[in-house]
Amino acid sequence: MSAQAATASADASPQTQPLTYADDAIRLFTLGTVAWAFIGMTAGVFIAAQLAFPWLNFHEWINFGRFRPVHTSGVILGFGGNALLATSFYVVQRTCQTRLFGPQWFHIAMFWSFQLVLLAAAASYLLGYTQSKEYAEPEWFFDIIITLWWVAYLVIFVGTLIRRKEPHIYVANWFFLAFILAVAMLHTVNNVSIPVSLLSAHSYSVYSGVQSAMIQWWYGHNMVGFFLTAGFIGIMYYFVPKQAERPIYSYRLSIVHFWALIFLYIWAGPHHLHYTALPDWAQTLGVVFSVMLWMPSWGGMVNGIMTLSGAWHKLRTDPIMRFLVVSVAFYGMSTFEGPLMSIKEVNALSHYTDWTVGHVHSGALGWVAFIAFGAVYYLVPRLWRRNLHSVALIEVHFWLASIGILLYITAMRVSGITQGLMWRTYDENGFLLYTFSDTVAMLSPYYITRLLGGILFVAGVVVMAYNIVRTITGPLVARTSSPAAAASPEAGLTPAE
Amino acid sequence: MGKIEKDPITGQYTTGHQWNGIRELRTPVPTWWMLVWIASIAFAVVYVFLLPSIPLGDRTTAGATGYTARLTLEARLEDVRAEREAQGALLADVELADIAADPELSVLAFNGGRSAFGVNCIQCHGAGGGGQIGQFPSLIDDDWLWGGTLDDIWFSITHGIRNETLDARFSLMPAYGDFYEQDDIGHLADYVLALNPSSAEHATRDQLPGHEIYQLECTACHGENGLGDPIFGAPNLSDAVWLYGGEREELVAQITNPQMGVMPAFGERLDEATIKMLTIYVHSLGGGEGSEAETASLD
Repeated sequence: MSAQAATASADASPQTQPLTYADDAIRLFTLGTVAWAFIGMTAGVFIAAQLAFPWLNFHEWINFGRFRPVHTSGVILGFGGNALLATSFYVVQRTCQTRLFGPQWFHIAMFWSFQLVLLAAAASYLLGYTQSKEYAEPEWFFDIIITLWWVAYLVIFVGTLIRRKEPHIYVANWFFLAFILAVAMLHTVNNVSIPVSLLSAHSYSVYSGVQSAMIQWWYGHNMVGFFLTAGFIGIMYYFVPKQAERPIYSYRLSIVHFWALIFLYIWAGPHHLHYTALPDWAQTLGVVFSVMLWMPSWGGMVNGIMTLSGAWHKLRTDPIMRFLVVSVAFYGMSTFEGPLMSIKEVNALSHYTDWTVGHVHSGALGWVAFIAFGAVYYLVPRLWRRNLHSVALIEVHFWLASIGILLYITAMRVSGITQGLMWRTYDENGFLLYTFSDTVAMLSPYYITRLLGGILFVAGVVVMAYNIVRTITGPLVARTSSPAAAASPEAGLTPAE
Repeated sequence: MGKIEKDPITGQYTTGHQWNGIRELRTPVPTWWMLVWIASIAFAVVYVFLLPSIPLGDRTTAGATGYTARLTLEARLEDVRAEREAQGALLADVELADIAADPELSVLAFNGGRSAFGVNCIQCHGAGGGGQIGQFPSLIDDDWLWGGTLDDIWFSITHGIRNETLDARFSLMPAYGDFYEQDDIGHLADYVLALNPSSAEHATRDQLPGHEIYQLECTACHGENGLGDPIFGAPNLSDAVWLYGGEREELVAQITNPQMGVMPAFGERLDEATIKMLTIYVHSLGGGEGSEAETASLD
């Protein structure tokens, strides 16, 4: 491992001392990304199957209510978290031309403690321990550990930034830092709770009523905004220009949309609580900030896609590029749909239906997962100094995943809009035409289609895992050619055969 | 630190910085992007002006439209209440049979009944009124435990069955397991099965060993020929409809320790008009019987 850790970058500014990066933990986090993609998405397939075939709820430990957070935590915190850790540690070292702050053993300890908490939290949901807060299910004792862990992450990241050799901080690091700081604040505020007793695993939230709902959705919305958006835009800002070998389209746009995004996102949470006990003014706030957020979100898309100017031909030949660019396109679609759904009149139709589920998954599968897959395919050959086992298998992964997404999101949008319309259909005398059970019975074929989409998406992840295992266990690229190989995207695309 | 260069493809200059090979262009912010963003901010300003938006301690700015979610909901509910009241008034003094005969009122009652059925009845009787074997009777066949005329159905819905209200329909079948050996109950079950005219033993059922017990214990409610009696909620035993199952062992279980259905008195929960609507709807499901007068005139 230590020999591989000393991978110097070819593009590095001239150094008096050869620069070595601390990549041991990054390798682990990259593997963690792949492992949690499989765990979290398989859990998703299972709960999708439970919705299509309710008899699958055959035991309290695996019923839908307990298993769903295993899926959401598995994909958001497990898959997304490992991807963010791997890429942020990788990117901050390269763009600061310095070694990661802190000793390697500590980074590795960060990795194993993270996995341990993820697994223990997942087990605790199945056993019935939950705060019943979406994406914040872990009980109070987990929250304390997560807080300490997160502070360590912040220290490593900021410590690295402080001792950078570059005069300016690269835009990807702005987004990573915004993500780390915002999540620290969200996690701390939303999880304030009082244990039932000192030795009890259960706790009460200090918030109640509509305040509790508002704090929760301020948290929930901004986990999407900062964990799954700002952090992943950070990924985009490094891996898209690297893979395209093109300069970033607009530095000015990156400044404007960064500040606009982080300022506006934090206010948009109330749109999750339209037509509830939440005061009208807060609902108005949720609408207007969501609508104003549209263009700042699209700033990231414009900068990502337009960076390909002069490199569009790569979409034909380079499936890694395609993962990255399709991801940014899905980001654009989701961030248009989000403001639309936040407008109260639209929300009146979409809320509580599968449309929301379709919206979330076009962002989660299309944007978050695709950019993470692209980053993983970029990282593995460079981190392990090996040629990718098979580019054809990346193509297979891309198409499996793309067809899976299409099945998933079209099924959910059609079922969601049908559901919303059925709920509000009246006959000529003003009576509701459909019972709730009618609307549930209607969903069945869409749930089966969604399940199929999920299975295809997981199949793609299995193909990726195989490809990566074969890459890692393949022959080492000779040291003499390694700097060039590591720096050139094409090098990563050369099949081992 | 790199140097400022012109990018040959886009014609834009770089900023001069580079990070591990990544450079950035100085492309201005796209005009369309800026314009749409300004438009979205203008939308926000208008929205804030029109709706309650700025909190001022214990109240908020009112907004030009005067909209509040609470008042809107109250107004909508008031509209619905007024519409329901008008519909209730249409049905109030009209006999059930006249509602059923009136082309407009019958549609109104059917629609309202279907909607109320979806909220109050499908939990037991099923979405189509088909019931659930072993638990709740079907409402779409000709078999009526407590009678299938409009008035019978109205009474059953209003007062319910075997609940704690005073006017509920009520009857009890004794648990014959307390009085008879299982062998005798088995014979009785054989006899009950033979009551069906399609049974091979139907013609000669008097010779069956269960005949005597049936005559002694069962005829009072179920009748000589097992046709049942809606006055006691006693089911017809001579047809193929069996709420608690028609297999021999199921009959034995039912005679030994009978299950008897319970239904709430919906008169305590729903208004008069809704119960009339439900009556018309349930009567229309397929098995509604004519009134005695109508039946007599048909004969």
